[in-house]
Amino acid sequence: MAIVFQKTKGLTEKQTHYCPGCTHGIIHRLVAESLEELGLLDKAIGVAPVGCSVFAYDYFSCDMQEASHGRAPACATGIKRVHPDSAVFTYQGDGDLASIGAAEIVHAAMRGEKFTTIFVNNAIYGMTGGQMAPTTLIGQKATTAPLGRDENHAGMPLRVSEMLATIPKAVFVERVSVHDVPNIMKAKKAIKKAFEIQMKGLGFGIVEVLSTCSTNWGKTPVEALKWLKENMIPYYPIQNFRNPEEVK
Amino acid sequence: MAKELWKGNEAIAEAAIKAGCKYFFGYPITPQNEIPEYMALKLPQEGGCFLQAESEVAAINMVYGAAGAGARVMTSSSSPGISLKQEGISYIAGAELPCVIVNIVRGGPGLGSIQPAQSDYFQATKGGGHGDYRMIVLAPASVQEAVDLVQEAFDIADQYRNPVMVMGDGMIGQMMEPVEFVEIPKRQLPEKDWATTGLRGRKEHNVINSLYIEASQCDKHNEDLFAKYAKMEETEIRCEEYNLEGAEIVFAAYGTVARIVKNAIKSLEKEGIKAGLIRPITLWPFPKANFLKAADMPNVKAFLSVEMSMGQMVEDVELSVKGKKPVYFYGKAGGAIPTPKAIVEEAKKILGGAK
Amino acid sequence: MAGKVTFDENRCKGCELCTTVCPVKIVIMDKDKINIKGYHPATVKEMDKCIACGSCARMCPDVVITVEKL
Repeated sequence: MAIVFQKTKGLTEKQTHYCPGCTHGIIHRLVAESLEELGLLDKAIGVAPVGCSVFAYDYFSCDMQEASHGRAPACATGIKRVHPDSAVFTYQGDGDLASIGAAEIVHAAMRGEKFTTIFVNNAIYGMTGGQMAPTTLIGQKATTAPLGRDENHAGMPLRVSEMLATIPKAVFVERVSVHDVPNIMKAKKAIKKAFEIQMKGLGFGIVEVLSTCSTNWGKTPVEALKWLKENMIPYYPIQNFRNPEEVK
Repeated sequence: MAKELWKGNEAIAEAAIKAGCKYFFGYPITPQNEIPEYMALKLPQEGGCFLQAESEVAAINMVYGAAGAGARVMTSSSSPGISLKQEGISYIAGAELPCVIVNIVRGGPGLGSIQPAQSDYFQATKGGGHGDYRMIVLAPASVQEAVDLVQEAFDIADQYRNPVMVMGDGMIGQMMEPVEFVEIPKRQLPEKDWATTGLRGRKEHNVINSLYIEASQCDKHNEDLFAKYAKMEETEIRCEEYNLEGAEIVFAAYGTVARIVKNAIKSLEKEGIKAGLIRPITLWPFPKANFLKAADMPNVKAFLSVEMSMGQMVEDVELSVKGKKPVYFYGKAGGAIPTPKAIVEEAKKILGGAK
Repeated sequence: MAGKVTFDENRCKGCELCTTVCPVKIVIMDKDKINIKGYHPATVKEMDKCIACGSCARMCPDVVITVEKL
């Protein structure tokens, strides 16, 4: 009898606080599996954000720091400069990374900080209860955009991967999704690659993961996956934007 | 080592390096720019790392990350920049991380001026960031004292796992004075077994965090912090008492203002008026007992707090004196500096009134 | 190819995502059971049909499922 799939050692025994069907759980697992498979659990240091994944420090079995809202890339910069041989990652949502922490992520990328960012984009503020995010789609309803996001009032949703891909030292930029099993496999591949690039010291890497928020989207978990596929992917195309020559 | 002439800001940076500071994250702001400039040149030569952050906000969070990773780390700024760092300082205090923050204070509020001031006293001592927290605030009155205090600040931070602020007014940062770098006595420091270094064989993961979602846990965290702060109050208070014997009036002043007050005391003496000075070196914890003791001295008729602010430390003097003697205030703000002459006049006015 | 899936059923939050990805459509919600969290947990009744593809476990956000190849 051979094990085909079991829980990775990269996750603690703690059960997550996420809502049923929240794809944060899948993304946590992919990060933890990647660290385990690359043999990095012993020298990994993660940085948790403020937002739904604020308790991520309880779920990853490696060393963790909890940063203030948006500042995970600054925090990770401090950590990586102190322990350059460790595998450092930030795990951030769209409010944390693309709104309040926009400066920190841009400048970490600009400096080519040798850490990996997992950017979870579900187009809404989850933890605070469904407010508009910088990535909320045009027409999408949020508690602070009750009639749907109006581009003449709140602007256009920010395409973070496209923006960061213009920065020379952001050497690996890829957008993936976790709305079905084939895409989950692709997401894992991208996350693993981002960590490999970090350990090779090639520069900054980010994987943007399209994710769901069934609770604040007002959908069942199964409907939310379908909504992601039909509404988010057309605006946020799944693709690799930057890939260094060395690992092609 | 013989005495050398050093500019305050550069001396502060050199003292930090001598104390084993290996990491510096900062952002330019006048009048403290010589600190990051010195660090940018010297830290790499010492095997350390200087990084100019994109903002003060990023800089203090880099300090958080590096301190959490177990490093000796420092940042410096001046008043508006320190305001931006307040959120980070609150997180650092909450997560109990050791680091040193230098504030070379300039006039405020807002952009204020770039001249020396002491108007960040409340912000530094009463918790400029959110939540209940305290940090030790060291206030040097000379470049030599700045050098000594900066070195010790790192040990104090490590001993208590707490941020320590060195608060110098702009004059401390900008003036040149003779300095001797003497090795300060090293404290017995605990292992940083809490640091996030990567597991490296360790069984349990280390977590640097200030979030306690259950009210009871957060309450306990606050109780624990305040037990620590009580220990700091017990052991870390420092102040200089000057000329108190027979003094009719006792000045309260810190930093460079204390030096101006000493000149005023000499002038008063020539006029036959005995005056003394209590100079807090730790602004927090505040030397309450020294003031209370002076208040009980029968010769002391009044206290006069002299500050480069509109009156901030004077409130702590009043609290310490417990109404036993009248407490007066004289100050200049926004970069203006009290003159010995004005201080003498003020003291005479008070004593005239108190007679 | 035969497989076996095991559910750590008290971890299950009843989201049903696993039921949508099984190629042989054997993962179902157990309406006869309520777990410690108050959900009907996911389960497999016709285990002999399992092909050990691991899709259910990969889709599960709560690492409820272990998959073995017999």
